[in-house]
Amino acid sequence: MKFDSALGLEMRRGPLAVLFKIVIYAGMVLIFAGPLFGLLVSAFNKTLDPTSFSFWPDEFTLDNFVQAGNRNVYLYLFNSFVVVGFGLLLQVLVSVFAAYSLARKKFKGMSLVMLIMLATMMLPEEIIAIPLSLVLADMPLLNVNLIGTYAGMILPVGAWGFSILVMTEFMKEVPVELEESARLDGAGELRTFFTIILPLCRPALGVIGVFGFTMIWDQYLLPLIVAPESDMWTLPIALRSLRGDEEVGLGVLLAATLLALLPSIIAFLAFQKQFMRGLTSGAVKG
Amino acid sequence: MTPTLTRAKSRSAASHQSPRMARWRGPLVAWAFLAPALVLFLYFKFIPMITGLVMSFQEIRYIDTTWVGFDNYAAILSDDAFLTAIWHSAVLAIGTTVGSLLLGFCFALLIEGPAKYLWFIRTAAFLPVVTTMAAVAEVWRIMYYPGDTGLLNTILGWVALGPQPFLASEDTSLLSIMGMSIWRGTPYDMMVFLAGLVGIDRTLYEASAVDGASVWRRLRHITLPALRPVFWILFTLAAIRGLRVFVEVYVLTNGGPNGSSEVLMTLIYKLGFQSGELGIASAGGIVLFAATLVLTVGVQLMRRRQAA
Repeated sequence: MKFDSALGLEMRRGPLAVLFKIVIYAGMVLIFAGPLFGLLVSAFNKTLDPTSFSFWPDEFTLDNFVQAGNRNVYLYLFNSFVVVGFGLLLQVLVSVFAAYSLARKKFKGMSLVMLIMLATMMLPEEIIAIPLSLVLADMPLLNVNLIGTYAGMILPVGAWGFSILVMTEFMKEVPVELEESARLDGAGELRTFFTIILPLCRPALGVIGVFGFTMIWDQYLLPLIVAPESDMWTLPIALRSLRGDEEVGLGVLLAATLLALLPSIIAFLAFQKQFMRGLTSGAVKG
Repeated sequence: MTPTLTRAKSRSAASHQSPRMARWRGPLVAWAFLAPALVLFLYFKFIPMITGLVMSFQEIRYIDTTWVGFDNYAAILSDDAFLTAIWHSAVLAIGTTVGSLLLGFCFALLIEGPAKYLWFIRTAAFLPVVTTMAAVAEVWRIMYYPGDTGLLNTILGWVALGPQPFLASEDTSLLSIMGMSIWRGTPYDMMVFLAGLVGIDRTLYEASAVDGASVWRRLRHITLPALRPVFWILFTLAAIRGLRVFVEVYVLTNGGPNGSSEVLMTLIYKLGFQSGELGIASAGGIVLFAATLVLTVGVQLMRRRQAA
């Protein structure tokens, strides 16, 4: 017998086994992807049922997305993209810099820094939401108020322990010889970093990039405390008020919900391999 | 130490710096590269954490702050609303964790294998994990529509079950939130279990099949022991995620109806941002932090004892 799995399902080829597999697999796809498919169809559908989704379009329309424009949905979407764009750029830069130091240098206090990184990962951000809002309103030493600014939503996601640790693990694998030879040629720290180390880390950049994107896009509590006025809202936090608005109607809510879901789904589908790799390494690191 | 020394030597040979400079350069460069991360962590993790800890011992009225010792903690632990919220958080965390782990494990077993079409099923099944929580909650709110025309009630109707009120009733609101959380947590656990399953030595399965062991025995004696570390990691992660749950509840019910789904985080949010009870809200945050800490350390200790 040749096993390719624990249950050995692939070895059973009788009609009953095939039927069983079809039912199980179809059921899984329906349960996990079905609701999202229902949303996709309904958002483009003309006749809307507030109690249910349509899984087959009656009449195709873009009307919901046009109406969404009147309700500032595209402003919220723009805000979301500003935050995720600059936030991700900052997060990736901060991570590769920190990882370079942790993976390639030896210095006193390194184990303490590693401990700090791990500690930040154990500390759920929900817990510090209230003091964080006070810190953001009056940054210690700087005396700046970040409430109601993009910076208030971008800077707090700039350093993320997970992506620093994933990057550090990867950089440890880059052969030392390349770096040494660049150094002997007289290349400075920054040049060695940008011309030798960073290009070799491209696969890991994909991993931390796609994880960072979904992490920042999914932020809820942070924009909620940073953006009290609706003109700074990101799309996820705007959904709740769109629903509460009686005049808006279901169509706009469905369109906005779809727009809030699509970017991270597209990012996942485009970087699936990197996502799976980060998932297992992240889970193992805890 | 050796790599640092050789690196420092080659460096000073190249640029003719004094040995003293070269000795300081290495650590200095290292700290410079770390600085952005450390500054951001300091401002947005550690200062808020310490501020929260200090505030939890204070009563804060606008600019008037008085030190009240453990009064805030005493107020929490004697307040029915808080105790109920802690209970709800715990129920939600346990239910979501156990549900996602069990379902995730079963699904992982069912879709393990090298066939190409399984890749498609895995991708489709994984979608809930990457979706934005707030948006997914809107989707589920519509599916949970309490009338008998609601999507889930229609499906329940097919199997001859009466319509459920779901989020609208005090009896079922917490369970309904749990249902959505399990839906979103299961594929994550499934994928991590799958990665663990791939690592199990195939010859063990073959040997046990030759010995005539049943599928059940094969699972119990080969698969489950091999997955034990994965299981504990997933358990800790899911339990912490469950304890700190906020967005799911805030969007679906905001704690209602009548406080039946109020969890610790939604209560803290209301106290802190709506009632201005900053001291008590901060103490609530510290209690939650202590709970996650106890949970993590407890699981680690249990694992170590099992391994010994």
